[in-house]
Amino acid sequence: MTQRSSWFNITSLGLGFAFLYLPILILVIYSFNASKLVTVWGGFSTKWYAELWQNQQLLDAAWVTFRIALVSASLAAVLGTVAALVLARFGRFTGRTLFSGMIYAPLVMPEVILGLSLLLLFVAVGQERGFWTIAIAHTSFSMCYVAVVVQARLAGSDRSLEEAAQDLGCPPFKTFFVITLPQILPGILAGWMLAFTLSLDDLVIASFTTGPGATTLPMKIYSQVRLGVTPQINAISTILIGLVTLGVIIASLLAKRQRLAQTKRG
Amino acid sequence: MAKKPLGPVRRTFSPWEEPSNQPFIEFQSVTKTFGDHIAVDNLSLKIYKREFHALLGGSGCGKTTMMRMLAGFEQPTSGCILLEGEDITRVPPHKRPVNMMFQSYALFPHMSVWDNIAFGLKQEAFSKREISARVAEMLRLVKLEPFARRKPHQLSGGQRQRVALARSLAKRPKVLLLDEPLAALDKKLREETQIELMNLQEELRMTFLIVTHDQEEAMNLADRISVMDAGHILQVATPGEIYEQPSSRYVADFIGDINFFECTVKGMNASVATLDSAELGTTLQVEVGEKPQLGSSVTLAVRPEKLRISFEKPEGENQNILQGEVWDIAYMGDVSIYHIKVSQDHTIRTIVTNTTRLVERPITWEDKVWLAFDYDAGVLLTA
Ligand SMILES: Nc1ncnc2c1ncn2[C@@H]1O[C@H](COP(=O)(O)OP(=O)(O)O)[C@@H](O)[C@H]1O
Ligand SMILES: [Mg+2]
Repeated sequence: MTQRSSWFNITSLGLGFAFLYLPILILVIYSFNASKLVTVWGGFSTKWYAELWQNQQLLDAAWVTFRIALVSASLAAVLGTVAALVLARFGRFTGRTLFSGMIYAPLVMPEVILGLSLLLLFVAVGQERGFWTIAIAHTSFSMCYVAVVVQARLAGSDRSLEEAAQDLGCPPFKTFFVITLPQILPGILAGWMLAFTLSLDDLVIASFTTGPGATTLPMKIYSQVRLGVTPQINAISTILIGLVTLGVIIASLLAKRQRLAQTKRG
Repeated sequence: MAKKPLGPVRRTFSPWEEPSNQPFIEFQSVTKTFGDHIAVDNLSLKIYKREFHALLGGSGCGKTTMMRMLAGFEQPTSGCILLEGEDITRVPPHKRPVNMMFQSYALFPHMSVWDNIAFGLKQEAFSKREISARVAEMLRLVKLEPFARRKPHQLSGGQRQRVALARSLAKRPKVLLLDEPLAALDKKLREETQIELMNLQEELRMTFLIVTHDQEEAMNLADRISVMDAGHILQVATPGEIYEQPSSRYVADFIGDINFFECTVKGMNASVATLDSAELGTTLQVEVGEKPQLGSSVTLAVRPEKLRISFEKPEGENQNILQGEVWDIAYMGDVSIYHIKVSQDHTIRTIVTNTTRLVERPITWEDKVWLAFDYDAGVLLTA
């Protein structure tokens, strides 16, 4: 019985992972293809990576994307932390339940709707679209992820630490910086990393809120693919995959460290 | 009620007995509610300078809430709190000259022992040299000098407890609040730390307020004890008074072991009341201060160690004598507790010190024995 179920487990696990990662693996492999034909293996080569550096348009898009991710992740880290603090620390206030429910909404809201509503907002206030509208749009949805991560950290941290600091003569505002912040910093960093990666690979919301001169990498890739997949696209995608994977690994390592710190303290 | 004076007691410190003394800390009709739950109910309490005061009571009776109101973490729903005659009810925690040792210790996990202890000092205008000197002094006081550079998670429970203590003492607060400070320690360490705490309090001449649910700890440490139940203070008195003259049945039962006899008052003769006990089918005599009302229902409370047990009928005046049979013996090592069945459904507990190493006890199961206790050994309770 256990034998059969473990055989079943292994098979389904294998199939699941194959389904998830085989396409990505193929993409990565073909980015090292010497042949120009995407579906024919012509030997190993890194020439497409070298060629990327000649493609000014792609490089520009990458630079824009990086800057947007940096700005929006940083804004999201600050705003998300403030939201989490209010929810976890300031007791019951009118609308708390509504507020804490609303913080989760963007996590499940279809991206198309988020993008569309942000577009309508920017049009309504007469904001010219471009770099900043994308950054703000990314901030608005990624701060929810930060809030959720930081809130989890706050819920697990000991309230009496803050009280002890105040008891010893530390004013509330300073207490936040010397006691609370060091406790939740791993959570904030993990949230920042998450927001950064989310911004890096977002296509839908960026497409809605972009304007002339602000083409992000995913948008660039998407528009080029419609003219046919080139090995160059495979190469840039592979780099992107690498970056996102790195981001997620760092975020989860930070989260793990914070869990360890928590259990150590307990 | 029904107080009689205790014998001559040597007391060197008793500022509460002088009505003209100003209390150091005063709770004035303080009430604290959480939603519709009343945690502290219209409670007044005076604590004097350099007193070691204990709040004693079962879990959930409002002890921690009292302490948190004094530290400033909770606002009383009504009433006010005075420190040296000044109303501090609205003063925020970081401006109160009061420091607290938390039940969870609340050590800052990202700071070393040294930094934890220095934290409070750094909030004030102390120079670096003064801070170092004071921290060194505190480390010496709690014998943690070799551990100054460690982080809290690298310490044992007892060491953490001492860091928490040193941290709360470092600023030399006017009042030190201790919330169940020893609850997490094992028995031996707890007893050692109790002695250290008493020595510290004498050395530093501070006012200590301790919260505990452990009656032995309160008796051991405190100058006075407030016995609390359900948001009320039932009695405030010295450990001796609490033990020998409990004001109510609850207090008598909460502190130590005690036998209760339900009686009605039958007569009064000078300072001795005669009680009728239906359970025992006999009358009992007790010396009282205040005269109880004739015919009223009262409880006579007698501590087990006040009862004498013997094979022969005891001789002598001014003692109550009961007859019974040994029902059970609980051997505790130093003493044995005898359960004596004196009537169909009433057993009395008495303590016999095991003065000999005989495992064969002179008085044993099913022996017919006599019990005696003096007229002034019992306390008459009406509440
Ligand atoms: N912040 C709070 N919110 C709601 N109820 C509370 C709060 N703090 C304490 N209580 C309630 O008040 C009562 C007294 O609590 P506490 O003072 O902690 O008791 P103790 O320290 O004597 O065990 C308890 O019934 C507890 O549940
Ligand atoms: Mg408590």
